[in-house]
Amino acid sequence: MTLHFSRQGEDEIVGYRVTGARQLAERMHQIWIEAPHVARNARAGQFLVIRIDEKGERIPLTISAVEGDRVRVIFMAVGKTTYQLATLSPGDEIRDVAGPLGRPSEIGFFGHCIIVGGGAGIACCPIIARAARAAGNRVTGIIGARNAGFLILEDEMREACDELHVATDDGSKGHHGFAADVLRQVIAEKRPDRVWIIGPAIMMKVTSEVTRPFGIPTLVSLNPIMVDGTGMCGSCRVVVGGQTRFACVDGPEFDAHQVDFDTLMARQRTYIEEEKLALERFSEHRCRCGGEGGHG
Amino acid sequence: MSGSLNTGVAVAGREGMADRPPGIRVHDFLEVDTGLSPGEAIAEAERCLQCKKPSCVKGCPVEIDIPAFIARIAEGDFAGAARVIKENNLLPAICGRVCPQEIQCEGQCILGGKESPVRIGALERFVADYERKEGISLPKKAEPTGKRVAVVGSGPAGLTAAAELARCGHTVLLYESLHEPGGVLMYGIPEFRLPKEVVLAEIDQLKSLGVRILKNHLVGTSVSVSELLSFDAVFLGTGAGLPYFMGIPGENLNGVYSANEFLTRVNLMHADRFPDFDTPVRRAGRVVVVGGGNVAMDAARVARRLGARVTLVYRRRREDLPARVAEVARAEEEGVDFVFCANPVRILGDQCVTGVECERMEMCGLDPSGRPEPVPMKDSRFVIDADMCIQAIGQGPNPLLVRMLPGIECGRKGNVIVDAEGRTSIPKVFAAGDVATGAATVILAMGGAKRAARAMDRMLRER
Repeated sequence: MTLHFSRQGEDEIVGYRVTGARQLAERMHQIWIEAPHVARNARAGQFLVIRIDEKGERIPLTISAVEGDRVRVIFMAVGKTTYQLATLSPGDEIRDVAGPLGRPSEIGFFGHCIIVGGGAGIACCPIIARAARAAGNRVTGIIGARNAGFLILEDEMREACDELHVATDDGSKGHHGFAADVLRQVIAEKRPDRVWIIGPAIMMKVTSEVTRPFGIPTLVSLNPIMVDGTGMCGSCRVVVGGQTRFACVDGPEFDAHQVDFDTLMARQRTYIEEEKLALERFSEHRCRCGGEGGHG
Repeated sequence: MSGSLNTGVAVAGREGMADRPPGIRVHDFLEVDTGLSPGEAIAEAERCLQCKKPSCVKGCPVEIDIPAFIARIAEGDFAGAARVIKENNLLPAICGRVCPQEIQCEGQCILGGKESPVRIGALERFVADYERKEGISLPKKAEPTGKRVAVVGSGPAGLTAAAELARCGHTVLLYESLHEPGGVLMYGIPEFRLPKEVVLAEIDQLKSLGVRILKNHLVGTSVSVSELLSFDAVFLGTGAGLPYFMGIPGENLNGVYSANEFLTRVNLMHADRFPDFDTPVRRAGRVVVVGGGNVAMDAARVARRLGARVTLVYRRRREDLPARVAEVARAEEEGVDFVFCANPVRILGDQCVTGVECERMEMCGLDPSGRPEPVPMKDSRFVIDADMCIQAIGQGPNPLLVRMLPGIECGRKGNVIVDAEGRTSIPKVFAAGDVATGAATVILAMGGAKRAARAMDRMLRER
């Protein structure tokens, strides 16, 4: 089906080229996209919005690295769009890439920073770690995943941090348990000056309770459902300190101890039925087509 | 606007409209008003008295020579009529559809006193549609000046400014943060009121004039402020896209939308065609829309087309509705229920919306804007069952870029302060449209943008 309003003589930019694609771990993928307007201005903590094709939805993805005109995004294949994204190969085009969006991480000299990443949330940890270290901070990284097979960016984090801890829920690598447990131990030894926690909402909720009793400034990067990503729709509204804020323009980073995680998690489930349907439909279609693509 | 639906005002806005039957159109997104045939257009044009001092032109924010284009139609010279209109307005297919003519040109028409005013809007649309089918002729373009201008935002104001500046021979870059240009014309106004092919065809004219459109570019981040200020002149047409919420309990329940989100999902992302398109939207059985403006009408009518029972709640009276009379009437024809003098106080539900609790309002005196002030009545609460609530209570100026511009003077609501020709407090930066006025109409944005573009052209030539 062609869109009834598609035109010839399109604008100069018709798509953004994928220059690299690789599977990093179980269901975890990275792609590099040529998007000079994003790469040129991207800073730690910001995100971009992609729309794969004319029928695609707009989804936000954190910018996890920048090299020249290229940006890297890392994502877990969970829904139709991320599964489709995982099928892209170098040379393919993504129809739309907008960004950089959101406020950058507030980086300054704090002293000792801890950056805790969980699952796909590890994606944006190295870029923050490097920025924090460049500002003169001592940086401790803690990364955690369900098991060793899901763990990403261990080498990169080891290089970006002064010290790195690894945790897996099943003990298949590093500490047996949650990143929160490791954070508790690290804090017990020496209190940090600032902590970032980035991961699934439930992980951020639980982990930020570790720093709350000590009053350690703690930031989380929120990942609600977005549409435009520029403050126009309010889909991404979150409750922080009793106030409604838009994660896309007021965040994505917020004071962890002020965030209403239960509302965030409830709102993330808004389209759970639709997401299931879309994914089923996509999987069926791919089976019929012989499931071409996929790499890693 | 005053007078209820049963008065002359309402009739004037509705007479002779070629609307498709409500029972059919409520099941699709095709245009409601099918427009005039050539014969009807000529007959309507012949009604024009060709006043020596035409008051209709005074009612037009972009000062189209209305009697002149109508005279061409009466002669059957539709292409000539298009040329007359486009001297002052490059986007007639849009204006002919969405301008509130009843309070502008048609509201001033001398015939309005006795019979009904000449249907200037329908004629403008007819001419524009004719030209689109026959092949659009481009207006003359001045010699290149070598000056570079950045236009930020591709909604009504940005499109108008870009067109004017390109015609003056300047090199124009038009920045749009979304994946389609058009701003509110694309994401806000539904297909059945303004077909997107109409918008895109008018945007194509801009490209033919040499305007370069950069989509997916958010000025302030994709383009730094210093890069922006390196242009010879800058036009801000960033609009009023910041949705207001009422600030009542239950607002973050699943099923509560801003009108912006709901309309964007359907109009821009085509959620009505999910799962063929990837973007979903909640499919609700009962929807409550809050608000009384054109955006509220649009949201209510879109919700009807998605199959919901729709109740529109407005805190003032029917006669106070700020929406166009014709659009209110169409919403009613399409089965939208109206509850007047009521205001939501709480949205009910656990995780998802189950109802909207409202209270009755009475009108007491006038508020500072001269409208009746709604005051809650005691013990008047009632609940409307609903599984979705759309808030269409207004939008504020987009703050994103404005707050990054050093030293730009803004009003209390975040609107950029401009003089009569769109000058901001920053030299060489101009603004018009909703970012300067607060949420208003398409045509007022175009009028402001045109004045600003002329002032920009003068400034660029003086330097």
